[in-house]
Amino acid sequence: MFSFCADPKAIEGLSWLVCYLTSAKHLSFYASFGTVLLLLVVTAPAALAFGFGGATAARSPFLPARIFGKTYIAMVRGVPDIVFFLFFVIALDQGIEYLKSLAVCPDGAWPWQGLEFRVCKEAKVPLATSSPFWHEAYGFMLAVVTFAIVFGAFVANVLFGAMQAVPRAQLETAEAYGMNHAQVFRRILVPQMWVYALPGLSNLWMILIKATPLLFLLSVEDIVYYARELGGSKTQAYEYPHGDWRLWYFLALLCFYLLMTRLSEGVLGRLSARLSKGQATAAGEAMRKAAA
Amino acid sequence: MTMTCLETVQAYGLRAIGIGENLLPKSDFTLCQHFTLIGSGMIWNLYFGTVALAFGFFLANALALAKAARNPWLRKPAEWFVFVFRGSPLFIQFFIAYETLVLLPRSGIEIFGLTVATSWLTKAWAGALLVLFLNTSAYAAEIFYGALQSIPKGDLEAADAYGISGWQKFRRIQWPTMLRLGWPAYTNEAIFMFHATTLVFFASFPAFRQMGDALYYANYFADKTFNPFIPYPIVGFYFVLLTLLVTGLFGWVNRRLNRHLPQNSRVRNRLRMNLIR
Repeated sequence: MFSFCADPKAIEGLSWLVCYLTSAKHLSFYASFGTVLLLLVVTAPAALAFGFGGATAARSPFLPARIFGKTYIAMVRGVPDIVFFLFFVIALDQGIEYLKSLAVCPDGAWPWQGLEFRVCKEAKVPLATSSPFWHEAYGFMLAVVTFAIVFGAFVANVLFGAMQAVPRAQLETAEAYGMNHAQVFRRILVPQMWVYALPGLSNLWMILIKATPLLFLLSVEDIVYYARELGGSKTQAYEYPHGDWRLWYFLALLCFYLLMTRLSEGVLGRLSARLSKGQATAAGEAMRKAAA
Repeated sequence: MTMTCLETVQAYGLRAIGIGENLLPKSDFTLCQHFTLIGSGMIWNLYFGTVALAFGFFLANALALAKAARNPWLRKPAEWFVFVFRGSPLFIQFFIAYETLVLLPRSGIEIFGLTVATSWLTKAWAGALLVLFLNTSAYAAEIFYGALQSIPKGDLEAADAYGISGWQKFRRIQWPTMLRLGWPAYTNEAIFMFHATTLVFFASFPAFRQMGDALYYANYFADKTFNPFIPYPIVGFYFVLLTLLVTGLFGWVNRRLNRHLPQNSRVRNRLRMNLIR
């Protein structure tokens, strides 16, 4: 990156460290923090959408929808989430390739044969001839969908509870005014539920942040992957030889996560104060008294 | 050579702790093999969860008290301990612990002329247990600290009025009330502690001679058969059973903690959310 870095073996001290920390691989490492943030930015709204759908289905008057919603919520309790992560990534991948094989493969054979999952090469997603970028993007996409499904179930649980917590009298009043089921839901229930949902959703956001290293298990090249790659000891054959520095890299990751947690706590605290303003809850009451 | 299911159970029932047939099945996987090996892996999950919770309970109590202490020399370290372990992913904690433990000298450390062996610390049974113990202590400490803060003022005033103070007041009033108030959340913590044990062999601790936990074997089957639809639901099945067991056991303790109260003012034990760490 810098001109004096041309021959890393000739320099030492601080300039060596500067060159080392700006090597091409390190720049990819810094970019992978972006991957984690991207995952958070994409997954949070997707999980919220899944969760909203799940919670709405769980309190639907239509029985099959209710059963579906309740099963979805109950699914992730009792079973470790990492099981779902490992399961969904393979299951989604195979499901997509199977569906594609129905459309493009000439014979359309059942792909699970003995100890193999085999579809014709036109049905591979992405195609073996695709650029590495598409392979990475597909892997990331699977990870996002998996996160959204699992966290969607957690969100559904929180939103279901929040919908139940909205005072019954509010809904009955709306009905008395002649609103139908959909109108009560849209105009009364949804606007009021957020203040009840926020503590649960904040908790989930923290959990989502702390779940991002699982990307590594889903074989996405994330910060854990780079920390292991870069930190491992390098012999003289490398440009920048060094001992086993993995501990330092992981300590840097630890600091990153602690910082994220601290920042989120601050933002969520403010948001909660904002939403409590003027609400008929204990927190809202305390704010009213403090102002008076 | 095909084995009956009973033979399979005899061969692989205790495989996860190194007893029985050494060679894992390589082909022609049966449902019985799935259930037996994954069930055998549950021994590790039970071991990690139970031991970490048992020891963590005591450290959590100490930390909760330290966090509530007025003396900053007690309070600050406890606050930082809880923040670091609750604010970072368990996954990263496992990595850091493993990397630190392998840095210890292989030959052991000399203390007062005695050589203390260190290599056992890099094994999952000790190293991962240490991380899980510290982690659950931090989470439980926060729960107990919260409970300590929400002891009704009237209870403490009543204790003062009766002339109960100091250790007596803590032992007879504060501590039992803290446990009672914190117990539902602690039950939840215990359940998710067991769930967290599945991370051990997926973080950095290697499985010695393919002796791994339930998820390790499920992953083994899924890798071999390319079929995730059988092994992972089996892990799920075992964990649902375990969750029911923990809920039952902790529910029994909860009823004991609440037995002096009238029916309507008891603390209900309800499963709440606190998932990945």
